[in-house]
Amino acid sequence: MTDTTNTEPTTPERSQWVDVWHQFKAHKGALLGGIIFIVIVFGVFIGPWLWPYDATYIDIRSRNQGPSLAHPFGTDQLGRDTLARMMAGGQTSIAVGLTAMLLALGLGSFVGIMAGYFKKLDGPLMRLTDLFLALPILPLLLVMMMLFREPLSSAVGPERGIFILIVVAIGITSWMPTARIVRGDVMSLKEREFVLAARSIGTSNKNMITRHILPNVLSPIMVSATLGIANAIITESALSFLGLGFPPDFPTWGRLLNDAVQYLQDYPERVFWPGLAISLTVLSVNYLGDGLRDALDPRIRGR
Amino acid sequence: MLTFTIRRLILAIPTLLFISLVIFLLLELAPGDPMAQVPLTVPPEVKEKMRLALGLGEPGYIRFYKWLVQFFWVEPQVLFDHMFGTTFSEGKLRIISWQTRSPVMDVVVERLPQTLWVVGMSYIVGILIALPIGIYSAYKQYSIFDQAGTFITMIGYSIPPFFTGPLIIVIFSVNLGWFPFIYDTTHEVVDWESFVKQLRQMIMPVMVLALQTTAQISRYMRASMLDNLNQDYVRTARAKGLSERVVVMVHVLRNSMIPVVTVIALGLPAIFGGAIITEQVFSVNGIGAQLIGAIQANDLPTVQTLTFMFAFLIVFFNLIADVLYGILDPRIRYD
Repeated sequence: MTDTTNTEPTTPERSQWVDVWHQFKAHKGALLGGIIFIVIVFGVFIGPWLWPYDATYIDIRSRNQGPSLAHPFGTDQLGRDTLARMMAGGQTSIAVGLTAMLLALGLGSFVGIMAGYFKKLDGPLMRLTDLFLALPILPLLLVMMMLFREPLSSAVGPERGIFILIVVAIGITSWMPTARIVRGDVMSLKEREFVLAARSIGTSNKNMITRHILPNVLSPIMVSATLGIANAIITESALSFLGLGFPPDFPTWGRLLNDAVQYLQDYPERVFWPGLAISLTVLSVNYLGDGLRDALDPRIRGR
Repeated sequence: MLTFTIRRLILAIPTLLFISLVIFLLLELAPGDPMAQVPLTVPPEVKEKMRLALGLGEPGYIRFYKWLVQFFWVEPQVLFDHMFGTTFSEGKLRIISWQTRSPVMDVVVERLPQTLWVVGMSYIVGILIALPIGIYSAYKQYSIFDQAGTFITMIGYSIPPFFTGPLIIVIFSVNLGWFPFIYDTTHEVVDWESFVKQLRQMIMPVMVLALQTTAQISRYMRASMLDNLNQDYVRTARAKGLSERVVVMVHVLRNSMIPVVTVIALGLPAIFGGAIITEQVFSVNGIGAQLIGAIQANDLPTVQTLTFMFAFLIVFFNLIADVLYGILDPRIRYD
């Protein structure tokens, strides 16, 4: 420990999060990614309030139009405004991405902390993780969609049923990387002095985890959160694209892409917008994760 | 090394059993009934016999056991018979598709070459592009080439194949008219002209799949090269006067390839998963398309067999990756 009494701080003391923000700002790609992601999220959720057309409004006389001032992205085969449908689709896609990410993150962190903290649970839980990693994810997701679509739709309504099904299916098939990373970090944290100190004053396991371990594994969890959003959005779009996602009249970006592919020969430009939206969102989230990883790593920070 | 391999092999068996059980139990919950299409005029006792003939109506664990026997014992025998003209499998019940009423494996064997051609080709192309990019961008770290490479791999990660697919169809088929956008699976290569045609129809699906492979593997290659370039042995090699080419391409590359080779092995099953989507985009008649068709037709034996085959591929390539790592890096052999 260095003697800190006689060295006056030249700059005012900064909290950890200010440091993180400074490092994050230095990563231009991450900053841009974060801004683009926020713009997309706001555009998709606030846009429909400002835009005059409804996503389900059918105007058969103005069908199959190209881009114009009234319809900047054109209209589809039923005359529905593509911009409005893109915004409605984005709401679903991003909502699915965020909820599925939260579920996967919760599961993954729980398994990771349990396996890393309790030695007895480590073996069984990690074997379970390995088994889940060996599952063929996409075929299994397709099978799950096929099996539970009808029962859930009739139980809680078509849209909500599919939403729950997709979120749960993606969540329980993508928690494994988070669990592995968190477990590794928890295991190395457990050997540190502050954990020993906390234990010596009689901290219970529950307090130990919630007050000492969890705040310290927050950074890998945040990084895998960004990757989780990207993964969930891509998976949902893939399912919708294969025709096993949301019902046809319910727009999501993957669904719009699937619809556009059917008109590929006549209106090839329609593929562009939903594809661009998916790619841009995922790209910005990936850059965001890249920057967060650098910013939250104290070894890189300050360089 | 042998004990290490054998131990990994033995560990793979319970994994496979667990996965087949998960798939089986999942399909047990299926609401579909294969007898739904049978006319109502058929008397119930005949229907019951038809159910039994399809292998239904027995308790779940017996059907699971029978499926295991069929997959691991009867089907290999059929393959053996086919190759050597023996008659081990005569009279034994094979896995029958509800959709076509023919053995599932016959359809798989018909369709596997299409998938293997496209997937295998794209993987090889992807690796061949990825390795030089990874090596060069690590050697010239933070150069313009490296920055551009990072950006392109980020794009490769982020743009899903179901967007790149339609995009390059629009560009190369609709606008430029260079390549056909429907894959003709009945096409046979007999002479030079038909070979060129085959090549032309394969280029686009291969490009789409190779983009993903390239993105992942060049990232790993770069990271692994960077780890090694700052090591002491590299300085030693330079100090004793070896040429820069030998230092990088022999000393560093050989050591950097260790993790990359295992990543290559691990990534192969994921590529099969990606092929499901790519096959759908380009109408390639492979096993991915078969799986989608079977799911839509509620053909449970086919779905079960194909899903398990995907799982088998994953476990198998994990095993290969482990063993390769053990061979390449002696420190890993903890036996």
